[in-house]
Amino acid sequence: MTDYIWLIIALPLTGSVLLHFFGRYLKEPLSGWLASAAIGGSFAIALLGALPFFEGGEHGTTIHLWDWMPAIGANLEILWDPLAAFMALIVTGVGLLIHLFAIGYMHGDDRFHRFFANLNLFAASMLTLILAGNYAMLFLGWELVGLCSYLLIGFWFTKKSAAAAAKKAFIVNRIGDLGFMVALMLVFAAFGTLSYTGVFERAGAELTTGTATAIALLLFVGAAGKSAQIPLYVWLPDAMEGPTPVSALIHAATMVTAGIYLIARSAAILELSPTAQVVIATTGALTALWAATIAISQRDIKRVLAYSTISQLGYMVLAVGTTAYVAGLFHLMTHAFFKALLFLGAGSVIHAMKDEQDMFKMGGLFKKMKVTGVTMAIATMAIAGMPPLGGFWSKDEILAATFERGGWWSVLWVIGLVTALMTGFYMTRQFVLVFMGRPRWSEGVGPKESPRIMTVPLVVLAVLSAIGGLTNTPIRLTLEHFLEPSFEGVHIQHVPESTVLLIVLALLSVAAGLAGIVAAYISYRRDEKDWREFEDGLQPVWGIWEDAYRIDDLYGKTIVAPGKKAAEVAAFRFDLPVIDGAVDGVGRFFQRLGEWTRPIQTGYVRNYAALFLGGTVLVVLWMLVGGA
Amino acid sequence: MIIDAGWYMALASVLFFIGALGLLIRRNALVMFMCIELMLNAVNLTLISAGRALNDLNGQVAVFFILVVAAAEVVVGLAIIVAIFRRRSTASVDELSEMSG
Repeated sequence: MTDYIWLIIALPLTGSVLLHFFGRYLKEPLSGWLASAAIGGSFAIALLGALPFFEGGEHGTTIHLWDWMPAIGANLEILWDPLAAFMALIVTGVGLLIHLFAIGYMHGDDRFHRFFANLNLFAASMLTLILAGNYAMLFLGWELVGLCSYLLIGFWFTKKSAAAAAKKAFIVNRIGDLGFMVALMLVFAAFGTLSYTGVFERAGAELTTGTATAIALLLFVGAAGKSAQIPLYVWLPDAMEGPTPVSALIHAATMVTAGIYLIARSAAILELSPTAQVVIATTGALTALWAATIAISQRDIKRVLAYSTISQLGYMVLAVGTTAYVAGLFHLMTHAFFKALLFLGAGSVIHAMKDEQDMFKMGGLFKKMKVTGVTMAIATMAIAGMPPLGGFWSKDEILAATFERGGWWSVLWVIGLVTALMTGFYMTRQFVLVFMGRPRWSEGVGPKESPRIMTVPLVVLAVLSAIGGLTNTPIRLTLEHFLEPSFEGVHIQHVPESTVLLIVLALLSVAAGLAGIVAAYISYRRDEKDWREFEDGLQPVWGIWEDAYRIDDLYGKTIVAPGKKAAEVAAFRFDLPVIDGAVDGVGRFFQRLGEWTRPIQTGYVRNYAALFLGGTVLVVLWMLVGGA
Repeated sequence: MIIDAGWYMALASVLFFIGALGLLIRRNALVMFMCIELMLNAVNLTLISAGRALNDLNGQVAVFFILVVAAAEVVVGLAIIVAIFRRRSTASVDELSEMSG
């Protein structure tokens, strides 16, 4: 079976190439179906390839495709192990559903086929990242994913804000990539190779704590860029300028998990550095809380979800920083399900509301859109951590493992708990504002349920959100056994042994979530002027939250403005006069020289003959007087 | 009577400068061409007399080569002059100053 694993990457890549070159000859839905078939094929192969891992104990193999840069251990090779299989299944599975949804959502777009070409290219890049057998190939996928993100955020590039958002995402990610690249250089300096097997087997014996800390932290800088952690999260909310399926696929379910995957993959290095663990876990917890406070106060339906994504990614980073890798990956999976569902549901709502994204102008949609409403309700409860839905098990596992680690981690646990409360609040606020209460849209909108092609993925994702958490309950640790071979020899932080303590912790987090839900329901089920009063009552804090702490302004003043200034100086004070001046100067010098010597060329034969004669006389004189 | 090689040299230089002067002051392409021939043969004369004076055959051999090359050159040169004359109906080289800088 491992002979065919490369097809997982090759299928969507082929689909992308075909659609890029021949897509415009295909009728509208056909290119969407072609792209979906490509990623569906990848999913099937991933599933077949993952079968041996379900039996447990299988370690996986490295599949060598061809030599790329053998001298530095960077070949095109696939490490097919449980972790890779797990990620590949999520990316292709959720990806397939989102591809299908997009067939309905992108209906009528002029560049329909181009959208699917890019979507397939994204899937291929993400799968390259996941299946890579060394850091160099991972980096290749990492950069390609960044490119696809840029292409898809700016898909509607005639809209100025979309073009700006795409640029912002790309540039902020580059900052993270810089850390990543330095980390790769350190890895190479320490081990002389970039291959996973070479690095992870020797890490424990050869790496000093200092180097391990440096590598782990620099890798985390890269991860913070991709996975939208403080301070590099600012690109993600703006990324919502892209079409909603893109937000669902790239900026919620898959691409942003690349950072989590990177850290989990590098567990053998992180293991050696308690300092890096503290930094990563703390950043994660703070991001979770920070983004949750912003999510509470947003009016744009997609922005709420964007900040919610940052917050949930914070949970995952907290988990991997706590070395509770399985818990982090578990949350990654459940989050992929319910966040994809939330985004697609939001897309369905936006579609029905004729591109209105302001939640204050929605309301009462439940009666009009039953399927979207019910599935969104399930997702809302799942992310709020209500048992027995997905988010309950995974979030609880993270919080319990954090609690078990003790010491500083107890503080992080409290932050996580507060975030759980806020999660319940903002998600319920969103649900109530969109689906309940009186309609606040104008007469002409006339929302109705989306077509079947959009609702079927919603239903599938709702089922997955509901039962996805059952894959790793304290009673049956299926996922943990599945992933265990990938983390062999690495310490994994587990939840407390004591059942009583576990139940108490679970009750606490459920209570926190429930408190948020109830508070939001009470505050927002009433008329518009009541909750406007409620929000005004929380000024000025609410205003600061609503403006997202004005971080964009801060970055604009402290980083972007000086950067522009420096670029201006470099361009108009240095590049133009000095570099261009030197180049132009060379040209001008020879022009002058030419103008000055031009009169010699009179065109009269006798002048040439005279010069010739004069020259000859000079040469003869020189020879006579004593030259050669 | 044996004439000293110096006389031949003097004659050659006189011929050469007559040719050079003609080349510089005349405008008729045909006359200029004849002046060039004059210069060429002045040089031939020096080569022959030097070869004779130094008792070296190389001087005469070189002249044969020059004569052959000059014959070829005359063919080409005259052909060009005739072609120009046909086109411009003038043989004055001052009319042909298009290549001025």
